[in-house]
Amino acid sequence: MGLKRLFSGGVHPDGRKALAPPSPVRAVEAPALVAVPLRQHIGPPCGPLVRAGDRVRRGQKLGDGEGLCVPVHAPVSGVVRGVETRPHPALGTCEAIVIENDFLDLALPPAEASAAPSDLARAVREAGVAGMGGAAFSTAVKITSSAGAAKTLIVNACECEPYVNADNALVCEHAELVLQGARRIAAAVGANELVAAVENDKPRAAAALRRAAALADARVAVLPARYPQGSEKQLIRAVTGREAGYGRLPRDVGCAVFNAATCAAVERAAHGEPLTERIVTVSGRGVRRPGNFRARIGTPVSALIDAAGGMAENTARVVAGGPMMGFALDSLDAPVTKGLNAVLCLTADECSDAEGDVCIRCGKCAAACPMRLLPLEFWRGERFADAKALAHFHVCDCIECGCCAYVCPAKLPLVRSIRAAKRIVKECDLP
Amino acid sequence: MTLPSSPHIRAPHTTGGVMRGVLLALAPGLAAGAFLFGPRALVVALVCTAACAGAEALFCLAARRPLAVADGSAAVTGLLLALTLPASVPLWIAALGGAFAALVCKALAGGIGRNVFNPALAARAFLLLAFPAALTRFPVPGADALSSATPLHDMVRPALPDASVWQLFFGSVGGCIGETCVPAILLGGIYLLARRVISPRIPLAFLGALALTALLTPHGQPPLAWAACQLFSGGAMFAAWFMATDCAAAPASPRAQLAYGALAGALTALLRGAGLYPESVTYAILLANAASWALDWLLLPGRFGAGEGAAV
Repeated sequence: MGLKRLFSGGVHPDGRKALAPPSPVRAVEAPALVAVPLRQHIGPPCGPLVRAGDRVRRGQKLGDGEGLCVPVHAPVSGVVRGVETRPHPALGTCEAIVIENDFLDLALPPAEASAAPSDLARAVREAGVAGMGGAAFSTAVKITSSAGAAKTLIVNACECEPYVNADNALVCEHAELVLQGARRIAAAVGANELVAAVENDKPRAAAALRRAAALADARVAVLPARYPQGSEKQLIRAVTGREAGYGRLPRDVGCAVFNAATCAAVERAAHGEPLTERIVTVSGRGVRRPGNFRARIGTPVSALIDAAGGMAENTARVVAGGPMMGFALDSLDAPVTKGLNAVLCLTADECSDAEGDVCIRCGKCAAACPMRLLPLEFWRGERFADAKALAHFHVCDCIECGCCAYVCPAKLPLVRSIRAAKRIVKECDLP
Repeated sequence: MTLPSSPHIRAPHTTGGVMRGVLLALAPGLAAGAFLFGPRALVVALVCTAACAGAEALFCLAARRPLAVADGSAAVTGLLLALTLPASVPLWIAALGGAFAALVCKALAGGIGRNVFNPALAARAFLLLAFPAALTRFPVPGADALSSATPLHDMVRPALPDASVWQLFFGSVGGCIGETCVPAILLGGIYLLARRVISPRIPLAFLGALALTALLTPHGQPPLAWAACQLFSGGAMFAAWFMATDCAAAPASPRAQLAYGALAGALTALLRGAGLYPESVTYAILLANAASWALDWLLLPGRFGAGEGAAV
């Protein structure tokens, strides 16, 4: 591992992973009412396939669509109450199918499964698998579009966001399942190299992956912990030394990256089992008994927090996802989705409300930027609505990882400003 | 109500912390100045810093802006200016310089972070034009008299200075308060590097270009000795670590920082040989300041995916 194999920039926030250790994983009972959003992926929302009053069984398809759309399935058995507009952890609100749980947990028998690699994408799509690391892109489309181009398949078990331990918990328990799924994807896309990437602050997960790797003919890359290692572009750089710049996909540099939980879901999909539950980290000093929980999709965040002992009064902010890229929640009714890896109850001393507006041009943002950009120029360009300068400094390359805002001594809201800057550039139709 | 944007956690750095770091890094230079030139050096530093901070506070009150003095940047500007003045400077000139730096060079430029020119250096340039005599006569350590003959004046002839390289290095020669004692400057510089307030690119490019230009244009003197005297005399060492690195007036792109430092260092050597004043580092850095945004524009960091790693 030479120097060229690492990525530049990045930050070392306090990991706080010990708050919610990877084991045990506790189960959360599905509540009386579950809300399954019709959009838990990037792309058009599903159209509903059920109506109010319908009886559904666990694993039954509730909605589907075309293209990048990924179907959703019933996480419990019961009666459909209707299609309602409900809170959503990433989108604010979203149409959701609300099911009254009958607590019988009657499941559909697993779908017919075929072991042929050429059938994998279809099985994965039918099982409703979308990327579980946060971006929630259709896994079937990723498999199809990587086929033939990706020679290196990377399993992303980095989980570089502080607090979050959901993939860590999964890998510690089910490393074989993860690598079996990855091996299956590798066969489907024609990759000849399988690499499981994990950070060195998760020694148990690394050891579990090493044991499983021997059986799956995989290599384990233990990378020095640094945020944003789990970002696709940075991870490919760290593992292979190749850079897929702005507008280029992993397959353009001969790679495909799949999150560890996604790999496990693919293995289950190959056995006809749809995606109806996932592991979610519930952590932060604002929660009394932090930990990792196996929860059905559609379970409200409030039920997770209750399972973790309830929320302390000094909780200042509830975040869906990690603290670097997650979304602040305004409703605890927002449900668990396929891409939700964590619910964080942060106290005022953990999350910062300080916000300044005076850039001193110290350059810490430039040193921290993993895309080698100059965020301070984006701040200036956005304030003056200077589209030409914003385009010249490549604002659209930004992956919004938040490193610049994290290190900024002036506490500038740089990520918000950069999102606005990108809109300025796009309105002017500049590259 | 808009929800707070990510990231939800922030590193503990603050603007005030950065400024306190710079003040701490300047302490060895001030202490060396007080030791070499007597306690009046401390009085000059106090007057200059207080004038700068006071003028900024008055401006904020008059312009009905939030008091920005607490961030410590006015104190940094005032102390930086004081360290580039002779200990013998009349106190009213020191006060005028501090106020000029805060009001004209910083506040009227838009405040902290918006100044094109380093405010301390711009104020020094103003004082040098307005009161040349007061700024070019220096107390000499161990002597009572003022002298305008610093080692740099010897070098204008051109000739190697009377003082040895070691005297130049430790600073027992005539000069401004903070500029003569190289070990004290390096101590502060290393502290800034360790705290990551500055990167080594600007000071090293500056000193490298200064030494290289001196080696190539030795004016008939032994090149190595000439280059050493250029590095250790006058304000070059102090300016390389503390003036050229003023982040608001310097580029942020790594390649642009190298070019900017090299430009300022080479200009210092060239202007010292050709300028009206024996010491031209002030003007060399102000010129480089003017170029810094253009350098950032031209010398962007190598874009992710555009370099050699991009190919399959």
